[in-house]
Amino acid sequence: MVMEEKEYMRPGHMACPGCGVASTMRLVLKILGEKTIVVIIPGCQAVISANYPNSVLTVPCFHSAFEIAAPTAAGIANALKVQGQEDITVLAIAGDGGTFDIGLQSLSGAADRNENFIYLCLDNEAYMNTGIQSSSSTPERVWTMTTPGGRRGRKKKLMQIIAAHRMPYAATATMGNPLDLMDKIKKAKVIKGTRFIHTLAPCPTGWRMAEDLTAKSAMLAVETKLFPLYEIIDGTEYRITHQPQGLPVSEYTKMQGRYRHFTEDDVATLQSEVDGEWEQLVAMTKGCRL
Amino acid sequence: MKTLLQGNYAVAEAVRLARVQFVAAYPITPQTPIYERLSDYELEGKLGGLMMRTESEHSAMAACISASLTGVRTFTATASQGIALMHEMLHFASGNRVPVVMCNVNRVVALPWAFGSDQSDSLAQRDTGWMQFYCEDAQEAVDTVLQAYKIAEQVLFPVMVCIDGFFTSHFLEPIELPTQEEVDAFLPPFSIPTRFDVKNPAYVGNVVSPEAYMVFRQRSFDDMEKTRPIIKQVNEEYKAIMGRGYDEIEAINIQGAEIVLVTSGAMTSTARVAIQSLRDKGIQVGLLKMKAFRPFPAEEVRAALKDTPKVAVLDRNISIGKEGIWCQEIKAALYPLEHRPMITNYIAGICGADVSPTMIEDMVMSALNRKEPADLPIWVRRD
Repeated sequence: MVMEEKEYMRPGHMACPGCGVASTMRLVLKILGEKTIVVIIPGCQAVISANYPNSVLTVPCFHSAFEIAAPTAAGIANALKVQGQEDITVLAIAGDGGTFDIGLQSLSGAADRNENFIYLCLDNEAYMNTGIQSSSSTPERVWTMTTPGGRRGRKKKLMQIIAAHRMPYAATATMGNPLDLMDKIKKAKVIKGTRFIHTLAPCPTGWRMAEDLTAKSAMLAVETKLFPLYEIIDGTEYRITHQPQGLPVSEYTKMQGRYRHFTEDDVATLQSEVDGEWEQLVAMTKGCRL
Repeated sequence: MKTLLQGNYAVAEAVRLARVQFVAAYPITPQTPIYERLSDYELEGKLGGLMMRTESEHSAMAACISASLTGVRTFTATASQGIALMHEMLHFASGNRVPVVMCNVNRVVALPWAFGSDQSDSLAQRDTGWMQFYCEDAQEAVDTVLQAYKIAEQVLFPVMVCIDGFFTSHFLEPIELPTQEEVDAFLPPFSIPTRFDVKNPAYVGNVVSPEAYMVFRQRSFDDMEKTRPIIKQVNEEYKAIMGRGYDEIEAINIQGAEIVLVTSGAMTSTARVAIQSLRDKGIQVGLLKMKAFRPFPAEEVRAALKDTPKVAVLDRNISIGKEGIWCQEIKAALYPLEHRPMITNYIAGICGADVSPTMIEDMVMSALNRKEPADLPIWVRRD
């Protein structure tokens, strides 16, 4: 793949050093190009993108309210249809809080109607913009400011909820595997209907790790099978797009302060969960259903 | 020619005639027939655009806002819990200065659960920056929806058109529907450019500094003040084509009145009967019908009531801890007068409870015979 040279995010944005959200947005916009309208909701992506009167983006953008990335994007997409401008891509960008939690109902509604937009979830596994509070995307036993003893409750299996809507295209991706990410955005761009891209967007600030470990942590999430890269066509056809090396999960957890309190038993439990979920995913690619 | 229509269907007709390009809605009693009728129009190809059947009123308003920003004429309708759920987005709509038009079919807000007419749902949205107009009947609703688009698209504020649940929304009334040619002559096509121009990209809804926030708020305030002559002008333009119109307030027999009754919404029709009956008995009573709530027509109210010794305000709503909401507004508007009338507030018809002409006559007589003002509102129930 030839990397697009043109940038749609200007330098000088307000992200923390090493922000996985900012680098993911940059890669996604490179593929979508100038005929794109972006919907952003509160979260890191909003603070990064614009402080009045400036904008980091070189495409039109609307900073909507927290729980409505999807219907806001759908409103624009429908208006564009009325105007005969369906060649413009509408991209909704939301974090895990805006997707897994407060925006899940409105995302479900839009996906059910198969509204015509791409939904990009930038998942950094907690409410990072408000200062590292637990969301339903935060993995079990992980430290956040509101789960100082570790989160009770497992990370929501969002992609299964997404698949249940039978939307034409859904995929997981990370900025640690940029070619895979951009390839999926290219695919999504030419499909009509609701397209969902779930990206793991490492957050050095909230994950309590050095700011040069963003890409590495994303790659390790993939290679440990903790965050497998796959796509789901029409909610039924699962395809793994990158075969992970199967590194031990400790390679991933040991680099992050949010896992610092994990005992050997905790790591072993996590490993067995990850192995089990991987087997399940592989079975789904072979046509098995949950 | 008049058509026999329920108020909800009459509103849907107005939306169709306005060539609305985008409707987003969610069902709620007593608004649902508007949504259903617009769905019929969409199927029959009579709607000027398309419909989005959202999973909540909150999303309906979200979509109306973003579609409006993209450059199309939008509509939604709601009531009660629906407008309460929408509250966040109502601020968003006015902050974005989008000309969304919404019909709110007034219904009580839970708890207790109930369905009858009550203005508390929309009056509680007083400070969201929406223009609000209350209609006496279905004819006024049709005419106000059409006027609302012309006003909203000139002043860039969202407009709420309120009708009484079940009374106006479900009663059959003979309606004079304008023809499409008349509406086209009155209301030009939507012409506000898109805010999302890919050739000239901009950011809508940036985070601003406290100083900038205050500048924006003051600009909205100042711009709302500037809407007053436009509301009047649009009504004149409408009258010129359709032969009927409605001022922000309507004063009836206020010259030399010993007492003036202030009403709003569907109860005004009942009040007209009661007032006539009292006048037939020799009571010098006038009637002041309130149509505009935001912007509040304070100057007009002062001019109408400046020589009146006594005023009775009839409220189908209640602000617990204070009094009826129209009464608060009337009192505040009259404060600058040198000789202020004695004002008595009557709370009646809550949740659509029956308010008969006799009950209204009794209220007027009780207010007229009062020697001292009442601090608290007087609740009038038929039990």
